Amino acid sequence: MNGTTRNTLRVILLILVASLVIGPLLAAVFGGFKTNPELRTNPLWLPESWNPENYIAILLDGNFWRYLGNSFFISSMTVLLTLVVGAAAAYVFAQIRFLGSKMILSYLLLGLMFPFAAAILPLFIKVRDLGLLDTYWGVILPQTAFGLSLSILLFKAFFDQLPRELFEAAYVDGCSYLRFFWSFTLPLSTPILATVGVFVFVQSWNNFLLPLVVLNDRALYTWSLGMMQFQGEYLTQWNMILAFVSLTIMPAVIFFLAAQKYIVAGLTGGSVKG
Amino acid sequence: MRVPVTELPARNTPALGWKSTMSTLNTPTIYKRNTADRIKKNVVSGKLSAVLILLPPALILFSLFVILPLVDAAYYSGFSWNGYGAPSDFVGGQNYQRLLDHSVFHTALWNTAKLMLVSLIIQMPLALGLALLVYRKTPTNTLFRLVFFLPYILAEVAAGLIWSFVFDGDYGITASILQSMGQESVYVLADRQWAFPAIMTVIVWKYFGFHMMIYIAALQSVPKDLIEAAKLEGAKPRQVAWFVQIPMIKHALVVSGFFAIIGSLQIFDIIIPMTNGGPSNTTHTIVTYLYTFGLSRLNIGFGSAAAVVLFVLAIGIAFFYKRSTGKEDQA
Repeated sequence: MNGTTRNTLRVILLILVASLVIGPLLAAVFGGFKTNPELRTNPLWLPESWNPENYIAILLDGNFWRYLGNSFFISSMTVLLTLVVGAAAAYVFAQIRFLGSKMILSYLLLGLMFPFAAAILPLFIKVRDLGLLDTYWGVILPQTAFGLSLSILLFKAFFDQLPRELFEAAYVDGCSYLRFFWSFTLPLSTPILATVGVFVFVQSWNNFLLPLVVLNDRALYTWSLGMMQFQGEYLTQWNMILAFVSLTIMPAVIFFLAAQKYIVAGLTGGSVKG
Repeated sequence: MRVPVTELPARNTPALGWKSTMSTLNTPTIYKRNTADRIKKNVVSGKLSAVLILLPPALILFSLFVILPLVDAAYYSGFSWNGYGAPSDFVGGQNYQRLLDHSVFHTALWNTAKLMLVSLIIQMPLALGLALLVYRKTPTNTLFRLVFFLPYILAEVAAGLIWSFVFDGDYGITASILQSMGQESVYVLADRQWAFPAIMTVIVWKYFGFHMMIYIAALQSVPKDLIEAAKLEGAKPRQVAWFVQIPMIKHALVVSGFFAIIGSLQIFDIIIPMTNGGPSNTTHTIVTYLYTFGLSRLNIGFGSAAAVVLFVLAIGIAFFYKRSTGKEDQA
């Protein structure tokens, strides 16, 4: 087999796999443009005529935007909190040695081994007892807590590599630890902040189990809960459901294409280091 | 720890009593420039206040929402408790006994094991094969990589919902394919025999791109001269892959295997929109089981027992993983 045929075979195989990967997604987007009877006879291919009615109906529905807004707020706050809290802790471990610091670090890294789902029942009780059921914070705080281990690990690895001479120079000039953290460490760490931030955002945006347990009030629903709610209301009107799903995955796809560098680095790099 | 701690300055300041207070000033020249006064005043108070300000938020959040709930789970699992008031009806090991006697829990465990097997036997080889095909940096390869990775970033619920359309007996793609072949359409997700294989298909579809990306990163760091040398010796591409590249990325394979196993333990979101554990409780995993039989029926004690089993499995796997990879990982 010479190089050209080998390469042709390779590309054919790749296209085959790629179409299996994208097929269901395209079918969903196309399905949103079809009428239900058309969907029955033609679930996969392009619609005969592109009816945007389903999409428009959903876009004009205030609930849809509310769900997205809720998710956006929860995810953004989770990112912000994880970055600040995680970086602060990692800075201590990277910069300051004190008795027990290794033990505390190991304690905080225990979370890498714990499956989130194992804690969901007592977490529900805890969130309820703190009066946080049906609040954004009932989702944000546990999410942050569960994201801390990985972010501290990644931050510390990065901070360890920052040149030490910098701190010594700043220190001699009378710069305190806190100020150094704020005005040197953080600005120098934008690559890792972006990586961890994007990773945490995607995780939070896609989270389903925690909002499902914490949020009962429809006004607070995240988009994943809203989507299940929508599916419950429209049951077999697949064209509506597919339009809704397509619209909700659109932000994720656009975000992925825009920030793919960080997403891939964060999702895979994080796992390899962990 | 990658940065070696300089012990010398620490020994010079025994009055501070800290093990290695001066580790940040790790060149003696700088140490000499500072006076003893300044060290005492600034280093100790500066470090102490920095530690006391920067560390507690992480510690409090982590303890409150990660460690404490796991301890609580172990405690609750000894009670028959609906979650209201304080748990008082102590039942000892009864919850665990009920769990072990419950056939649905056996199914859930077996299904979880099946997910692990599918991930290891089908998903990882598939991901490895594709990684070998697209790891070189060319524009088309980048495009394929993005496409293969795309399912991974989609929310599991959304993926589950899309696939429940694909498998729908009236509208779905499988139905229309079967009909075009003159077969009767099958309600895949309502079929006891086919529902779980359908879920496994979706899991492979959703996660193979993640494993592929891990392998690609590893393959790109395999030294080029090794591959060139093998080629000069007359090795065919397949032989290069099998004898040079795959052995060189063994670590990545182990890591991804670990993630596949731990991930299988936690599958939940995909099942809910697809089958919700049905038909007749045949597609539960450990997590959907503890959600369905613990939380939605408010059997907090019973559900906690299932959570403890899940937790023990995860810890057991993590320890096994750490032991088999040795001490190179710090976490």
